Amino acid sequence: MANHSQPKGRLIRRQKLATRITHWVWAVCLFFLLLSGLQIFNAHPALYLGDQSGFTYDNAIFAIEGFPRWLTIPSTQDLATGRVVHLFFAWFLVATFLAWLVLSLRNRHLRKDLLPTAKDARNLVPDIRDHLRLNLVHAVRYSPLQKLAYGGVLFVLFPLVILTGLCMSPGMNAVLPWLPEMFGGRQSARTVHFVVMVLLVLFFAVHMAMIVLAGPFNEVRSIVTGRYRLSPKSKEGAFHV
Amino acid sequence: MSKLVLSRRSLLRAGLASVAALPLGGCEAFDFLRERDNAMREFMISMNNLTYKAQRLLLSADQLAPEFSPADIRQDQHPNGSIAPDTEDYLTLQAGNFAAYQLEVDGLVERPTRFSLDAIRTMPSRSQITRHDCVEGWSCIAKWQGAPLRQILDQVGVKAQAKYVLFHCYDALSRSLSGDELYYETIDLVDARHPQTILAYAMNDKPLPIANGAPLRVRVERQLGYKMAKYIRRIELISDFSQIGLGQGSFWADRGYEWYAGI
Repeated sequence: MANHSQPKGRLIRRQKLATRITHWVWAVCLFFLLLSGLQIFNAHPALYLGDQSGFTYDNAIFAIEGFPRWLTIPSTQDLATGRVVHLFFAWFLVATFLAWLVLSLRNRHLRKDLLPTAKDARNLVPDIRDHLRLNLVHAVRYSPLQKLAYGGVLFVLFPLVILTGLCMSPGMNAVLPWLPEMFGGRQSARTVHFVVMVLLVLFFAVHMAMIVLAGPFNEVRSIVTGRYRLSPKSKEGAFHV
Repeated sequence: MSKLVLSRRSLLRAGLASVAALPLGGCEAFDFLRERDNAMREFMISMNNLTYKAQRLLLSADQLAPEFSPADIRQDQHPNGSIAPDTEDYLTLQAGNFAAYQLEVDGLVERPTRFSLDAIRTMPSRSQITRHDCVEGWSCIAKWQGAPLRQILDQVGVKAQAKYVLFHCYDALSRSLSGDELYYETIDLVDARHPQTILAYAMNDKPLPIANGAPLRVRVERQLGYKMAKYIRRIELISDFSQIGLGQGSFWADRGYEWYAGI
């Protein structure tokens, strides 16, 4: 962590413009998708396994009274408005994700920054140790755990949440009948959609905690202006001092 | 150049600040989106029209909704919305076990026709085991049998100006000072002519129960449940629905739901 008695590390250009813009568009999208999603969920606050919802038999795996009003958009029971908001931002999330995919392939953000390497595999255990000790080094490259977290969101959770979202659409079910079956049926897909939402919220919590622990000014600056100050002894290309 | 960078930076900062402020305001901050004529809501809805256009591009006209096997029928179809209409006309019909029922088909057609229930029952029929997806989020699998709407449209001859099929229903889901607000729904001719779009009179090999829309309900299998009007009184071919109800094309669309419910 920052130690003011030591000399300052180099200030580098860390995040490309495409990365920064897509990051903030996603932040806004996910905020509205989460709260309008909870509004939609409240219209039938139960989760099932399989293709249908058991009314006269029991295939529910989760049922609650509903999420509190302060967690939904709008703040009153209003499925219609929740859907308007949710489907609007869903289009934005998908469009931004596709744009990000193309841009990140072109500017090599995917290969250079996110794709884990053999070196990451070797450094995984030391990196876990460093994180547990809160010895968070500001390096040019993401650490193995960062790659796993960001890669997990971008290559696992985002595709999953988009595909299971599409499973909710009867029109898309006719276009891609195998898609809901891949998840075990439409109601299972709805359950997966919900679970991915929980995982994204967990990611957000850890993401926020890491920013605070790693030095919020430097971390937020890098995703706003792109500039990032390295730890004093951090070498080019190394995650670990 | 430095000016540009600065303004970009301040823009990003402003964006960041507003994102950070969102949770503080609580979700009531977005309750203006409930207002029907709010410009932001209108904008969001117009973006949602993309869904209709995209699905019409992706879906060929006759592409079927998934069908299931008899083993997948594990319960009765869960009734929702109106389950026991109490309008006078309906109660009279119901008292006579729907023997006097006649389906009127008129509007922009060459030969306006009345069909008795027997006439519809003796037409070539289609049976399908499909999943009914409610906008609320639940799903139910049932077997539906009925006369393809396409067949009825061909019998009456749809005029070239017709763009939508309007279902007038017997049930009033809400009442206002001006009287019953009867359920109605519209679909475009692509869905109306779809092979799985049937006027169903039987469910799970039994006559259609009252709770599920007796004597006739429509199945529109590539859309959500609220499009599948129950207790159909009359079918009218129309070119535009701006003068019907509140002008949005269906009972629920008038109440803020999407007219196209393929999502």
